[in-house]
Amino acid sequence: MSGKTVALPGGRWAISVRKDSTLQRTAWWIPLMSVCCALVFSGIFIAMNGISPFLVYGKMLDGAFGSSYGIGETLVKAIPLLLCGLGVSIAYRISVWNIGAEGQLVVGAIAATAVTIYWPDLPAIAAIPLMVVFGFVAGAIWGLFTALPRTHFQVNELITSLMLNYVALLLLNYLVFEPWKDPKGFNFPGSPMFTLAQQLPSIGGSRLHIGFLFALAAVLLYWVFTKHMSWGYELRLLSANPVAARYAGMSINKQIILVMLISGGLSGLAGMAEVSGVTHRLMYGISPGYGYTAIIVAWLAKLNPFGLILSSVLCGAVIVGGYSVQMIGLPSSMALMIQGSILFFLIGGEVLSKYRFTWSNLSDGGR
Amino acid sequence: MDFTLTLLVAAISSGTPLLFATLGGVLSERAGVINLGIEGMMLIGAVMAYILSVTTGSLTLSIAAGMLAAGALGLLHAFLSVSLKANQIVAGLGITLFATGLSSYLGKPYGGQQVPNSIPVLHLNGLDAIPALGKVFGHLNALVWVSFVAVIMIHFYLFKTPWGLHLRSVGDSPSTSDAAGIRVFRYQYAHVIAGSMLCGLAGASLILVFTPSWNDGLTSGRGWIAVALIIFARWNPVRALLCAYLFGAFESLGFRMQLLENAIPPYFLKMMPYLTTIIVLMFVGWRNRNRPNGQPESLGVPYVREQRV
Repeated sequence: MSGKTVALPGGRWAISVRKDSTLQRTAWWIPLMSVCCALVFSGIFIAMNGISPFLVYGKMLDGAFGSSYGIGETLVKAIPLLLCGLGVSIAYRISVWNIGAEGQLVVGAIAATAVTIYWPDLPAIAAIPLMVVFGFVAGAIWGLFTALPRTHFQVNELITSLMLNYVALLLLNYLVFEPWKDPKGFNFPGSPMFTLAQQLPSIGGSRLHIGFLFALAAVLLYWVFTKHMSWGYELRLLSANPVAARYAGMSINKQIILVMLISGGLSGLAGMAEVSGVTHRLMYGISPGYGYTAIIVAWLAKLNPFGLILSSVLCGAVIVGGYSVQMIGLPSSMALMIQGSILFFLIGGEVLSKYRFTWSNLSDGGR
Repeated sequence: MDFTLTLLVAAISSGTPLLFATLGGVLSERAGVINLGIEGMMLIGAVMAYILSVTTGSLTLSIAAGMLAAGALGLLHAFLSVSLKANQIVAGLGITLFATGLSSYLGKPYGGQQVPNSIPVLHLNGLDAIPALGKVFGHLNALVWVSFVAVIMIHFYLFKTPWGLHLRSVGDSPSTSDAAGIRVFRYQYAHVIAGSMLCGLAGASLILVFTPSWNDGLTSGRGWIAVALIIFARWNPVRALLCAYLFGAFESLGFRMQLLENAIPPYFLKMMPYLTTIIVLMFVGWRNRNRPNGQPESLGVPYVREQRV
């Protein structure tokens, strides 16, 4: 243990900081603090361009939560973030660095659209479940493309999953610009609109669709499986002590494949929900980087299933807020800037969770 | 010039940004720090070089700005991964995300303008006399020559100087190096920052040689390909040069096939560098299945002084 005591101005109070490596509690205030620090940090860059950061953040907050429409949009964005965030969280549990949620989401959207292209006349009762299955399976296969090189050729999954993102995006662009382009679309790079039977029903008059039920169900399943089933125990053991796990007869390769199938499948499901519930067609730029934001969603929640709900809503709000600053002439990619800085304040701040902070009143003579 | 020579020149020039980025990554990883911020550092390098180029017209200033901005991100990465012992993978991802947003924020007001002067091609007439390769060497831009010098210097530094030996030992076993009196943290900081500046140079060379105007996500994954090239090159600068040119050749081959053949849609040709990366890495993994792949032993493991192992 090492530490020091710093007297605060005035001399009556002091704060003592002690390193305590045995500290096990999760510091809930670190995610909160990192979001605040990230806003200040990004604010400096905004201010350097001569724009008031308060104006920008005010606009973002207003855009994301200022109206029922804004809240609806934020929740709509939170659905794919939650599904992808869950997907990457499961992989991160055994230190499989899946950063391919973006590509897995895109192929999920493509596969769901394929159902509408090749079987256009299915009734809703058949079309929707088929689209769900196609979306999930396509994402899972994309995940498998990352898992197999890792398990059989020791290829780092970071690189494969990321390369596959670019491949998926190019595949999407090919489809929406060439074979699947809507002939009645006035040259718009998108597939024909889905029929009502191929759309996920929305709730009330809002754009919020029942895809959020998938997301909540997935959260619940994740919680049950990782907390209350032996599989979760296996994952924990694998990440804590791979050598012991191997002696216990567990196969890391089997788990990597399983985890990547689920991870990819959930992202694929997010892609299905996005085309069927929100855009109602496959189109150019279907994802504003959901797959990348999902990484932040997962870390902000510290892989906790219920924390994921909160962090996905927060990151959804940042994306929606990012759109609303376009009205004052700023690029929406400001959202990425804020998200990136959240991530490094978060991991930088984690060092603080190893310290114990105590207040002491010097005038009492105590420490 | 015939087809092969044109392709060779194209491979070398489009491989050069990859080479700079790979060399930057090699420096950082030799010190034991994974840098996944390469893509972001290239973007920041590109946008700063672009802004300085359209506002001042000076090549020197724009390259310096690109390198300094990326170096600043490198300082951040070193602070997070070396001082705060944060997860290096997440730190790098954070830097890439942040820099992607920041670069498009910075570049937006200048969008649509052309870079006034790009890196000049050095026509070295004396070299034309060399059979076959003379023609290639006569048509390379100035930065390619800089990259040759960089490869030679880094190779010499890594394998022929005491500092290089120290650096390699830091990457393999920081605790042993520390016990031997090598200043581990200083080495890590210096090489992460220097490597990041090379990534900034990679971004700057991209915009000053290839694309005359800024657009978002200009690097289109080249930083990530560089991360793969580091593995492919087995953390060795000379191999990095060969690997970068191989990928440069794939890139320009795709571009050329687009002009020659109408049968394959350009989307599929553009997939080539990404798919090649995966296939090449699978080949490397299969070939190295029973032997070490050259990776520094302590890569990615933060060194905590109190916990000597």
